[in-house]
Amino acid sequence: MAGKVKWVTDIEKSVLINNFEKRGWIQVAENEDWNFYWCVIHWFQFVCLKPSRNIIARMSVQTIRNVFSVETGYRLSDDQIVNHFPNHYELTRKDLMVKNIKRYRKELEKEGSPLAEKDENGKYIYLDFVPVTFMLPADYNLFVEEFRKNPSSTWIMKPCGKAQGKGIFLINKLSQIKKWSRDSKTSSFVSQSSKEAYVISLYINNPLLIGGKKFDLRLYVLVSTYRPLRCYMYKLGFCRFCTVKYTPSTSELDNMFVHLTNVAIQKHGDDYNHIHGGKWTVSNLRLYLESTRGKEVTNKLFDEIHWIIVQSLKAVAPVMNNDKHCFECYGYDIIIDDKLKPWLIEVNASPSLTSSTANDRILKYNLINDTLNIAVPNGEIPDCKWNKSPPKEVLGNYEVLYDEEMAQSDGSDRDLRSRSGQSTGTKGNRGRDSGKPVLTTWK
Amino acid sequence: MKLECKSQPRHPHPSLITQISLHNPEIKLESLKEDIKDFLKTSGWEKKLQNAVYSELNVFPSPCHPAAPPEHMKEPLAYMRKAQGSWEKRILKSLNSMCTELSIPLAQKRPASEQKELLNKWNEMGTDEPDLSLFRPVYAPKDFLEVLMNLRNPNYENGEQLSFRNHLGLIQVPLKVKDIPELKEDFSELDLNVGQLGIDDSAQVPPEFFENEHVRIGQKVLAEQDSAAAQQYVRQGCPTALRADLWALILNISNQPEDILYYEQLKSNVIQHDLLVDSLIYKDVKLTASNDDYYFVFEDYLYQVLLCFSRDTSVLEHFAYSSATPPKSYIRGKLGIEEYAVFYPPNGVIPFHGFSMYVAPLCFLYHEPSKLYQIFREMYVRFFFRLHSISSHPSGIVSLCLLFETLLQTHLPQLFYHLREIGAQPLRISFKWMVRAFSGYLATDQLLLLWDRILGYNSLEILAVLAAAVFAFRAVNLMEVTSLAAAEAVLADLSTLKVMPLLQIFLFATVT
Repeated sequence: MAGKVKWVTDIEKSVLINNFEKRGWIQVAENEDWNFYWCVIHWFQFVCLKPSRNIIARMSVQTIRNVFSVETGYRLSDDQIVNHFPNHYELTRKDLMVKNIKRYRKELEKEGSPLAEKDENGKYIYLDFVPVTFMLPADYNLFVEEFRKNPSSTWIMKPCGKAQGKGIFLINKLSQIKKWSRDSKTSSFVSQSSKEAYVISLYINNPLLIGGKKFDLRLYVLVSTYRPLRCYMYKLGFCRFCTVKYTPSTSELDNMFVHLTNVAIQKHGDDYNHIHGGKWTVSNLRLYLESTRGKEVTNKLFDEIHWIIVQSLKAVAPVMNNDKHCFECYGYDIIIDDKLKPWLIEVNASPSLTSSTANDRILKYNLINDTLNIAVPNGEIPDCKWNKSPPKEVLGNYEVLYDEEMAQSDGSDRDLRSRSGQSTGTKGNRGRDSGKPVLTTWK
Repeated sequence: MKLECKSQPRHPHPSLITQISLHNPEIKLESLKEDIKDFLKTSGWEKKLQNAVYSELNVFPSPCHPAAPPEHMKEPLAYMRKAQGSWEKRILKSLNSMCTELSIPLAQKRPASEQKELLNKWNEMGTDEPDLSLFRPVYAPKDFLEVLMNLRNPNYENGEQLSFRNHLGLIQVPLKVKDIPELKEDFSELDLNVGQLGIDDSAQVPPEFFENEHVRIGQKVLAEQDSAAAQQYVRQGCPTALRADLWALILNISNQPEDILYYEQLKSNVIQHDLLVDSLIYKDVKLTASNDDYYFVFEDYLYQVLLCFSRDTSVLEHFAYSSATPPKSYIRGKLGIEEYAVFYPPNGVIPFHGFSMYVAPLCFLYHEPSKLYQIFREMYVRFFFRLHSISSHPSGIVSLCLLFETLLQTHLPQLFYHLREIGAQPLRISFKWMVRAFSGYLATDQLLLLWDRILGYNSLEILAVLAAAVFAFRAVNLMEVTSLAAAEAVLADLSTLKVMPLLQIFLFATVT
């Protein structure tokens, strides 16, 4: 008879705890035997197990790389799973994500893959989905070169390791980032410690506006394995609106309420509303776009969004530690510009589980519920040797985004009917055979 | 030779006359009539004229007896006219007392600095935080319901004792309403064997069965620019991508330069003068649309539409066929002197609590303010005005209430009786849905499917049918409640309902 799943978590969030309790799972302490660990990553502190398996420690990035490695002889047992991949930061740290995508593109180019095709301006046709980005201070000179090509452009500075919009600011003059200049004599920059590393990206100053307001998309993507890549997209993503009217005017560059859509920031604005929280469902977005722009361009937009998510995962798959004890639910942040082109802004490893409104609470509760149904089948004690291929019925609000195994076995056998391409939105209930790639429009 | 062309009051086409000029080489004097007919066809003007005429037919009531006085076109029944008159007096009294209490004039010119500020803020009036705490809506739907409940026809003597067989609802006037067999005939396109958007486009149904063909026909209708065909077409629902254009075609809105100019003119009126009703509008938007999950995004558009709407005197034309009469106000110190009377507000429509919800769903379809404005104005003068005025019209709110109660009493007598017994008269719950045409209660995509049919059938009766269908759908739960509050709770959340299946089942699949 199967025992009850024992769970541990390091955050007290009701959406999590309610889900565990509803399955009849038993909460245990960190130093006891556990089957399921849901941990949250705060900046650079990771909760994980030391080799003795009985003591939990918060460790730095360096140490975590060793913990899961073979050399230390540390092992999770077959009946234990964790909600993060050991080196998820390859995707979730802003600088590493960009680095991996750039590397991936170059590799494809070298192979002569059609995906890496470029247009007459040297821009990738299919893989240009991250705004031009540089690491600071390492790429400072490259950045300056790019900046001078377009001196009126605005750039956004983001600290590599922070979340929730902390430490972000906009610049439109080189003087504003003098201290990151490598040869600056007044630089107080001594160590190359990753804590102070920044990325600087071209700011998308022509975002698509709805009702005159800027917004971004938050989509949840569950990855159960990287090799072969198997990932699921949650149908119920949402748009986060800025409470203040968007203006590209330079006088408002300092007004974070205009530019950043993070709820953590918007929450403190005067106009923040606690009923809807400035959030819209993706199905509303789809209805609006279909009604005002037409169906084809809307479908194309959503197809592209799926595409860039899968490409970003493929980019990090080779370097990801595909530990079988792991799964991960990412929060993807995407901005759509006024030409209906989606841009990947960043990927979050621990998307916020805080609920800002009642609807939000329900959404996150269901998100965890569906995630657990896929990651821990039948709610029973996990066995890491399973093939990680859940049956269609348990997906809930998830839809298969990409299943590498299925894609390879199917080959060119693509069902044209599944090209409905509406995996998010009002008509998001279009059935799709699990495992088939979402798009027949992809190459 | 002169071609007489009475230009429609709302759709001036002065350019038509200049185009048909005798200097046009294609038009010969010998075959003038034929040539002009051909010219109209090839230039597309024939279609436009047809659409304009069709549009007028939809809006204006059929001509009545030549000896009938003009008020009969507004409302044939004297007691209804009287009731509407009293209601209007009440509203006006309420507005005037608010005015006096707060010492705010009904209208005043804005100082230049304020004008400039408003112009700058035109696109983001939502961020303004005027102190609205002292303002209250002039009335709310439930106040209006109380008035309707007390309507009586003094000529009607019902000698029978009140018994189970009599009408037990809140509305006690003997208007003729349709029964289910008549509704089935009227709404025959909603029948089970006819394809519908909202049912036959769901995930499980292959699009080849209905959806693809329906979309193709819709595109054809739009290409032909045929108003009448569009109206017939939308009875089966509009594909989302075609809806904005189809509605514009049915409502005969083409957003010509002169229309845009007119809107700009209204905008400048807003900038120059401040009206008391502006505060009422602000308050309404802040209370309703700003808190709505679907519509909060469009808050600023609502101000841009409603503030202009209040100043649009062309809206006064609809009072010719509405039972209502626009309130009059007098320049200070000249009370009662007709030369100093003006309509207040300029469009004669005093907004009530929830008024802005008529505009909100349209924001999903039109993002150009002037087009959005025109569509809303047309929807108002065709349909929405009937939802808050007392009349005997089949699409008027009184008839809708009676239709709702009759349907429920006839087809769900047990439920009706039970609810009545526990003090939960069904109309008390469904009234607010119908007054708002379900805006704010249904999910937007469902609401738009419902409004497709309002346009398609040129009637609001479908609102009453849907209200009854909702009760039928939740009948099991409702039978178990024991109080009005509990009944309200069962019906509090309609956001998950799918309207077309509900309507179809209620009309065509319920054993009567």
